[in-house]
Amino acid sequence: MKRALLIALAAVGLMAAEPPPAPDRPLPDAAQEARARALFTDIRCVVCQHEAISDSPAGIAADMRQLVRDEIAAGRTDAQVREDLVRRYGDFVLFKPPVRGGTWLLWFGPLAALLAVGIGLVALSRRRRDETPALSAEEEARLADILASGADRRDPDAKPSDD
Amino acid sequence: MIVETGAFALVLALVLSVLQTVMAAAGRMRRSPVLAGAAQGAAIAAAGAVAVAFGALIFAFAVSDFSVANVAANSHTDKPMLYKVAAAWGSHEGSLVLWCLVLTVFGAALARARNLPFGLRASAMATQGLLGVLFLAFAVFTSNPFERLNPAPFQGASLNPLLQDPALAFHPPLLYCGYVGFSVCFSLAVAALIEGRANASFWPAWGRWVRPWALASWAFLTAGITLGAFWAYYELGWGGWWFWDPVENASFMPWLAGAALLHSAVVTERRGALAGWTTFLALLAFTFSMLGAFLVRSGVLTSVHAFAVDPERGLMLLAILGVTAGAAFALFAWRAPRLTGGGQFAPVSREGALVLNNLFLTAACATVLLGTLYPLILEAANGATISVGPPYFALTFVPLMAVAFLILPAGPLLAWKRGDLKGVGQRLAVAAGLALLVALAGWMAFEPRKALSAAGIGLGGWLVLGALAEIAERIRLFRVGPAESLRRARGLPLGAWGTVLAHAGLGVFVLGAVVETGYRVEAARTVAVGETVTAGRYSVRLDDVRVVEGPNYLAESGRLTVSLRDGGAARVVTAERRFFPAGGQTTTEVGLDFRGLDDVYVVLGERGQTAAGAPAWSVRVWWNPWARLIFLGPAIMALAGGLSLLDRRLRLGVGKRKAA
Repeated sequence: MKRALLIALAAVGLMAAEPPPAPDRPLPDAAQEARARALFTDIRCVVCQHEAISDSPAGIAADMRQLVRDEIAAGRTDAQVREDLVRRYGDFVLFKPPVRGGTWLLWFGPLAALLAVGIGLVALSRRRRDETPALSAEEEARLADILASGADRRDPDAKPSDD
Repeated sequence: MIVETGAFALVLALVLSVLQTVMAAAGRMRRSPVLAGAAQGAAIAAAGAVAVAFGALIFAFAVSDFSVANVAANSHTDKPMLYKVAAAWGSHEGSLVLWCLVLTVFGAALARARNLPFGLRASAMATQGLLGVLFLAFAVFTSNPFERLNPAPFQGASLNPLLQDPALAFHPPLLYCGYVGFSVCFSLAVAALIEGRANASFWPAWGRWVRPWALASWAFLTAGITLGAFWAYYELGWGGWWFWDPVENASFMPWLAGAALLHSAVVTERRGALAGWTTFLALLAFTFSMLGAFLVRSGVLTSVHAFAVDPERGLMLLAILGVTAGAAFALFAWRAPRLTGGGQFAPVSREGALVLNNLFLTAACATVLLGTLYPLILEAANGATISVGPPYFALTFVPLMAVAFLILPAGPLLAWKRGDLKGVGQRLAVAAGLALLVALAGWMAFEPRKALSAAGIGLGGWLVLGALAEIAERIRLFRVGPAESLRRARGLPLGAWGTVLAHAGLGVFVLGAVVETGYRVEAARTVAVGETVTAGRYSVRLDDVRVVEGPNYLAESGRLTVSLRDGGAARVVTAERRFFPAGGQTTTEVGLDFRGLDDVYVVLGERGQTAAGAPAWSVRVWWNPWARLIFLGPAIMALAGGLSLLDRRLRLGVGKRKAA
């Protein structure tokens, strides 16, 4: 009894949790289909959690795939397809945000971070070179002691560069 | 009764952590070894108390005690025992107890670590205790996992079936060991800033104390992230393994900061230099861990990995993050200008190379942070909604890392203080030539030919060959006799093997990631029994589909035969679509055929109909070339981290526990 019930439940769950989206019909032209698939990975399914329409099982993702295929079949360029999608769903639909006023920091931030950290590290080592007096002989000896005790090399003829 | 014991133990742990903080701080100020010793005892007792609480929680899950609200919400009597136990850390409350457990156990290990000077240990114990107080108070007052239900339901609501997977059972504990392990680095950094000695002997010693903790945490985090990626790969059924999803990024940021810390701590240990920078990274790594916990738990970012989300408690986590990180970085800003000193070095030197490593890793980390938080910030600023996904990171993060990888093999070959670039060039010439050949071979071997992917293959080869070149250099291969080389190989410290292995593992990963991303082939068709789907070299035939009954699910189970198109061994895989009545959810079980380094990845989709009206199923097939390396590489890296931990030199300064 329980088993029959479960199977009935499962049948409902497996088949009708959501009306299954129409199966994908690939474009007859292989080159066009390849372009469509490349676009799928860059377009976000608008109701999903961070999923591209290439990955999402949601109905709307299937609709969006069909839309992209239709437009490509109609001879539109990738850029035009993207523009159309943005007109319908907003910038949210693109996984690659457009470069404009609000996103400059996003696009050029990494370069800025690289420069900032670089300048910071250079300044740090410069300042040290200028300010730090050389170690006294006694300090040098202590440092050598510590380094020797820490090094603990098993290889007697290893050069200082080893490790 | 056992549940009440657990609840009591959690409160007891909170009290013990308060005692630990107060006694350690007082002991430090009064220079009282008795008080400081008592704080160490409190730390160990707190770890024991949280362990009791965690054990009680696991017990409640194991016996399906639905009078406990958390068990009722996350478990079910039909679940296999492994997932009953794993559900103990699958919920928000349970995962927080796990977080506290790792935090206090690491605190206890810190209490027992040998050779730490009195002041540093007491300050670190006080800091670690304070972290324990904050997180335990959060657990006790807002997320008590032992809350009772009256009346108790007869059945639980079960755990999200996506999480009922062996990889996911072990993913959180590993990840948390990594996340929270950085808390010790954080505490040691705060303690160092408080004790703040600028003398030459302090910082090398401090570097040696902090390194094993950073290494252990990083290795755990590597293993945890890899397991998570592997889970996403075979459980989500999308053919991908990394989606630049916010939750993935949240775990990747502490990993990047931790990797930078590992390398800069070497400079601090060996040369006493970069003390301020290493301290900064130690604070940063744990800050990113807490940020990760906040991002994942609060639900401010939508993600395919976010389970157990709760905005209100998220706010509490944000407060904890703000207080601890704010205080620590304020202390840093105040004390850091004094942290000068240490050995000087020329730009071309081992230190210089490690500084470059840090430059690229932190810039990459900032990129991930920017890409993860920017949509939030922009929406708050002017209401515009954008998405930042894989194409963004392909244009920012990937080039940064590519440049870093180009430089990487030279680093370990440079001498400390002043390196000889020409000499290093000569020593790497063979590896560089071979790497170019690898790139050429990659360009020829894969269809369609792609210059960028071929360059990526060359880069992966360069990392592996560079690591081999380092070993060859160290054991003077071909320059001395084989017996002498063998003797030198035996004499190499484990840490050196760890370095070489980790860098080679990185190369292995790069090879897998580049080839899989560049050349994977996907095909999808609705097929009736007996029909085939073709993807690249492979064709997959649907043999039959049956309904099977699992312990807590029902499934449509498809048997499919994978064969090479031009003949060759055929193998049968099983792909399932599982339905879990307890939660009403459906999951996919991917059929994987391991072909050498490649995967043939088969997903059974929904039932439909053929044109003639016969039953048919939508079947998606991926041929993922070299996908094995994507998970093998990081596994090698995690093992390399463990190997380095066993190095005698790292064990000198710290207790026995951590080496395990």
